[in-house]
Amino acid sequence: MTDEPRHVLITGIGLVSSLGEGIGAHLDFFGRGPGLQPNINSQDYAPYYVHGLPPIDWSKQIPKRGDQRQMETWQKLGTYSAGLALEDAGIPMDETVRGEIDMIVAAGGGERDAAVDAMVMERARGSNDAGGVINDTLSTELRPTLFLAQLSNLLAGNISIVHKVTGSSRTFMGEEAAGISALYSARARIASGQSEICLVGGAFSAERKDLILNFDLAELMLRDEWRPVFARSGAHQGIAVGSVGAFLVLESPEHAAKRSAKAYARLTSATGDRGRRERERTSQRFADLLPKLSSSMDEVMVLSGATGLSDLASIEREVLAQRLSGAPLRAYGTMLGHSFEAQMPAGVALAAGALSRGMAIPPFDTGEEKPASAAPRQAVVTSIGHLHGEGVCLVEAIEASRP
Amino acid sequence: MSASDTDFLGRPVIAVTGLGIVSSLGKGVEANWEALTAGRSGIHRIDRFPTDGLRTTISGSVDFMGEMGRTSTGLSYAMAEAAGSEAIIMAGLKDDDFAGPLFLAAPPVEMEWQHRLRLDKMDGAEIEEAGYDRLLQIARKHPDPSIYHLTQCSRISELLADRLGTRGLPITLSTACASGASAIQLGVEAIRRGETERAITIGTDGSITQESLIRFSLLSALSTQNEVPEKASKPFSKDRDGFVMAEGAGALVLESYAAAKARGATIYGLILGCGERADDFHRTRSKPDGSPIIAAIKAGLADAGLEPDGIDYINAHGTSTPENDRMEAMGLAAVFGDRLKETPISSNKSMIGHTLTAAGAIEAAFSILSLKDGLLPPTINHTNPDPAIELDVVPNEARRQEIGAVLSSSFGFGGQNACLVLGRAPGA
Repeated sequence: MTDEPRHVLITGIGLVSSLGEGIGAHLDFFGRGPGLQPNINSQDYAPYYVHGLPPIDWSKQIPKRGDQRQMETWQKLGTYSAGLALEDAGIPMDETVRGEIDMIVAAGGGERDAAVDAMVMERARGSNDAGGVINDTLSTELRPTLFLAQLSNLLAGNISIVHKVTGSSRTFMGEEAAGISALYSARARIASGQSEICLVGGAFSAERKDLILNFDLAELMLRDEWRPVFARSGAHQGIAVGSVGAFLVLESPEHAAKRSAKAYARLTSATGDRGRRERERTSQRFADLLPKLSSSMDEVMVLSGATGLSDLASIEREVLAQRLSGAPLRAYGTMLGHSFEAQMPAGVALAAGALSRGMAIPPFDTGEEKPASAAPRQAVVTSIGHLHGEGVCLVEAIEASRP
Repeated sequence: MSASDTDFLGRPVIAVTGLGIVSSLGKGVEANWEALTAGRSGIHRIDRFPTDGLRTTISGSVDFMGEMGRTSTGLSYAMAEAAGSEAIIMAGLKDDDFAGPLFLAAPPVEMEWQHRLRLDKMDGAEIEEAGYDRLLQIARKHPDPSIYHLTQCSRISELLADRLGTRGLPITLSTACASGASAIQLGVEAIRRGETERAITIGTDGSITQESLIRFSLLSALSTQNEVPEKASKPFSKDRDGFVMAEGAGALVLESYAAAKARGATIYGLILGCGERADDFHRTRSKPDGSPIIAAIKAGLADAGLEPDGIDYINAHGTSTPENDRMEAMGLAAVFGDRLKETPISSNKSMIGHTLTAAGAIEAAFSILSLKDGLLPPTINHTNPDPAIELDVVPNEARRQEIGAVLSSSFGFGGQNACLVLGRAPGA
């Protein structure tokens, strides 16, 4: 333990989304804006909108076919993104080095076997013994190893196996809150001296009808007409899910200096809260999470992880207009889709990359978002969870950051 | 703060001021401790769902939580609520205004079969063919947020946070069968960082369903010794053949020793240290040399500032699977050497089964009771010892023995290894 809190640096980023792979590819793409088109699959999931993955050569980060076979897309996406982050941080594939790295993963659950599920439902229709049908069908049709592809903590387990990160392995669950808590916990541990280096992040695979079903049972999905996140309202609001894998390497300055690692940016704070969702109380909680900034709002960028639910977006924008008035605001869900557990890690990844490049991100939605007048020095990343949980991270530019 | 308020590294000493337990043995600390130290088993035949055609037909399910027991999410919440409330009241605090953070180990949840089948029976779909496309059409016609709520992994902690009056964003975690221990570790770390003076840590698992039983069964992890249910779980025995799935919840109120003393709270024990190490060998099996298990035990001891000879009793993970018990004994032997044979070690799972996500929390609560009462619960069903495992497993009957420190180990799928070191309350 150290007496004075230490800085926490972001020294590696692994980001994969519908827009491509690598933080550089994402920023290059944004650099071509405004007027960018997201990569949305509106056919296979109609009337829903899904930001699906481009083709990925999984073997670049998961070299063994045997390992790939043990995972479905969600775990592969997370394991791949974690590998990108470690590689990006310049951490060699050396078990003694990687064996000292802590890990916190924000995870949901893995894919079901949709064909087996359909078979159970089909057989149960003609039977007066649904229980017996479930026993017989699942016992004979389920692949034994599918369980491991579904278990939440097996994303972390696969990262240990494939990338040899074994210092510790903790999996946080609970939709957006999981990503917020993962960053909070990893940052707090490093700042206090409980940890030196931590791989932290999450993954969400959007191309899953079983998950879309869960959310649309509560009428949360955007349907029939796509709009940018901040333009969604009334009947045209909701979540457009997006596949995202987002991992960061967080590190103490001492540890980074020892291995001559350069950082993208500093993760200055990561905070979260929850409570009842009446408008006033939600506004107050969110306002309390926002950092008090001294710099000019021209140099502040707000990356909002807004879900596409208009009531929450309106609360968020109202508070931001009061507290960070004039700071350019971008809803990155417009481009990446909403990725629940990975939403906050993805926002922090984009913030760190943009700060390091000194890049003002162009508006994703020219109707609702204003161009920036200067390069950002500070980025406030928000995530108001679709059902509960609110979080805010402050990411700050540093001298002599990575180019 | 006085010298006794901090540990050998100058960190706040962590006191345990409240406990709560639900298991197949019953509800409440007293009922559980009495049954456990009497060597009673809570394992029984499953009647929650039909078991025809299943290889395993027994479990330690918890069937006395009323209507909430109809879904995994509901049952996991109900048990966590009971244990959490009991722990907070035992700590002399208000169970609707705990005013500290919540660290919750909970099982991953998803839609259950009862809901898929119910939806499939409804009208409103053009698609007749069974499958998710049809269910999506039905959902658009008949939305039902109550099903959606049950599929959200933050559901249980949200309900608990409101019910118990915890503060901040609760952390819901899963490190498989080490989850309960990991939740305690997170609470310890938060107090050591000075973020809070108290935390409540809960492990809960109410996820015995047909599908979960079949999934574990397909991995050959479960005992199939169905004939006499209460004799199936036999950790460290030669004829052990798998674990028995079980349900339950365990809760601990953790406080900085200084804060607990200042408010005059009764201190039941201490958390002296926590250690962890992930395994990169295989998704369900330990590295053959046991090095991650060994490293986790050593890390726990080091964090407590103890050598192996400072441990008087081991609350084993002891699942009753051939692999776990062998690897656990091997890992302990590597750390404890010849001293291991003289150190009593028993497995609560011989009586309550494997409560999975909750196990580490329930077993930590039982470890505190062992420290407080000087009473070691037995490993029951120990009539046929495994000659390859030479341990004093406190066979079949509880033993009176004053102890100063306990090692409680938890190991899980996905290479999860976590160890807690618990100590007797000062002056107790």
